[in-house]
Amino acid sequence: MADMTVAEIRALIVKHKRWDLIFATVGVLALMVGVLTFASLFAGMAIDGAHRLSPEFFTNFPSRRPEQAGILSAWVGTTLVMIVTAVTAVPLGVAGAVYLEEYAPKNWMTDIIEINVTNLAGVPSIVYGLLALGLFVYQFGFGQSILSAGLTLALLILPVVIVATREAIRSIPAVIREGAYALGATKWQTTADHILPYSIPGILTGVIIGMARAIGETAPVITIGALTFIAFLPPAPFSGDPPAGLFDWLFAPFTVMPIQMFNWTSRPEAAFHQNAAAAGLVLVVMTLSMNALAIYIRYRLRKKIKW
Amino acid sequence: MSSVASTHSLNPLADNTVSARLAKRKSRHIRERFIEVILFLAASVSVAVTVGIVAILVAESYQFFQHVPLRDFLTDTQWTPLFDDAHYGIMVLLSGTLVSSLVALSVAIPLGTIIAIYLSEFAPFSIRELAKPFLELLGGVPTIVYGYFALLYVTPALQYFYPGLPGFNLLSAGLVMGIMIIPYVSSVSEDAMRAVPMSMREGSYAMGATRFQTAIRVVTPAAFSGIAAAYILGISRAVGETMILAVAAGMQPNLTWDPTEPAATITAYIVQVALGDLPHGSIGYQTIFAAGLTLMLLTLLFNILGHMLKRRYRQAY
Repeated sequence: MADMTVAEIRALIVKHKRWDLIFATVGVLALMVGVLTFASLFAGMAIDGAHRLSPEFFTNFPSRRPEQAGILSAWVGTTLVMIVTAVTAVPLGVAGAVYLEEYAPKNWMTDIIEINVTNLAGVPSIVYGLLALGLFVYQFGFGQSILSAGLTLALLILPVVIVATREAIRSIPAVIREGAYALGATKWQTTADHILPYSIPGILTGVIIGMARAIGETAPVITIGALTFIAFLPPAPFSGDPPAGLFDWLFAPFTVMPIQMFNWTSRPEAAFHQNAAAAGLVLVVMTLSMNALAIYIRYRLRKKIKW
Repeated sequence: MSSVASTHSLNPLADNTVSARLAKRKSRHIRERFIEVILFLAASVSVAVTVGIVAILVAESYQFFQHVPLRDFLTDTQWTPLFDDAHYGIMVLLSGTLVSSLVALSVAIPLGTIIAIYLSEFAPFSIRELAKPFLELLGGVPTIVYGYFALLYVTPALQYFYPGLPGFNLLSAGLVMGIMIIPYVSSVSEDAMRAVPMSMREGSYAMGATRFQTAIRVVTPAAFSGIAAAYILGISRAVGETMILAVAAGMQPNLTWDPTEPAATITAYIVQVALGDLPHGSIGYQTIFAAGLTLMLLTLLFNILGHMLKRRYRQAY
């Protein structure tokens, strides 16, 4: 070191600093790979599919003639399945998270539940499909129905809802709880009147992200045996002959948006590929706007709340 | 509730108002316990799901292995369960899964790590605020859309450079899958890097290290256990990914280690069978559970490996 001149040391510093610049460039390029992929995916689908996005596309059933085919049964099916999923996953997930955060004693049972939730998040989605095929479709006899699909997707997004709710609850400072207890509130009163209302934005973020994931899930729904070609709608409440009950649609066969897209993609004719692009466009816009909404809520939340 | 109150009023020491209050407290207590039990049951659902998955996979696979010896399952080089001359060599499907995962990881791990280091150590605040939500959106695109992209855009683009490439191939499916996995790898790695205390970076800068040297030689090793967890998450995603492969890699079982060939993966096979109409309880129906069990064991293996890596390199600050 001692026998280096100032000029040599400067050169060394410049050389090392050059690596900073090189890496920063490489980092931006790596990000650009993601940006470009996304841009070309979206642009490609828009070019191929946008002209199919007429009102008839949303009100027509799938058809053998590609130019008449539409996504009516698919979007109705997706909506109904999502209703079942939300009605199941939200109460279960929030209740489970409240238990883990507010009630659970520190013992091996709690440890098992916690490890379990983490591990479930890593189970491939198609395995949930196999579970549902064995359990819901055959053991419980729900058949290849909207109910089976909704329950399957509910189990799939349960870890997402639990983790988001726990994070939201954990961010509430202890003084809120202590204040409620000091006034004589019970644990449940504290939870229901204070903890849950304050964590709603956080829970909402998790629920929306989970639902966005569920809308796009294809593999588990195919595994339980959703049909790929459906030219009718599930029965409306109190319809049919003889007039049937309010929840008959739960047991109806169905298809969903990603399966309709899969069906069109796997056909050889290019005309069907345009339908697939249009369906994909609808699907991407749906999931992305849900994700964007979740990100926006979280952003607002971070800015606004000051305890 | 009234019966509870009456037992209290038997107590000669208590006057009416106190017993009424005690009764209220008692009913309050019962309600509290009741709610706690319900919440506990909700939390136990996740355990029930795991038990259910293991039970279903093992039970159906047990039936399967009554017909097919385990040795054939592991060593046979053909997978033709639906033919008259049935062979059940899982290696055929496993090769497809491993090759496509390898292609995906060779995209996702370098790019994901570089993005994580860049976002955590180099990027100005504004770029990070833009890039993080964007990556999240990239991870939110439905996989069937990625499958469509791989089949109809990436494969033709690759064929331009490599004319012999078949329409279905593991390469384009794997590449697109890699892009899909980048957000998972980068976001978990970045969280691990940001958890490294500032004092370590400051110490490094004080010794005259540059930003790059600090990032590579101080922050990355310190965050390695978290980065390993990110890689394991990426591997699990790749092994379990279904629709991209079912759409773009074809559904022909093919024992190959060449990514430019078409081949079915474990997941694609399950989809293929589910699309058909196999009777419940038949051997063909049981094969998908044996395939599913293999998939579960594979992800479990990687998770245990990741756990060991994490243990080995864990550093506490």
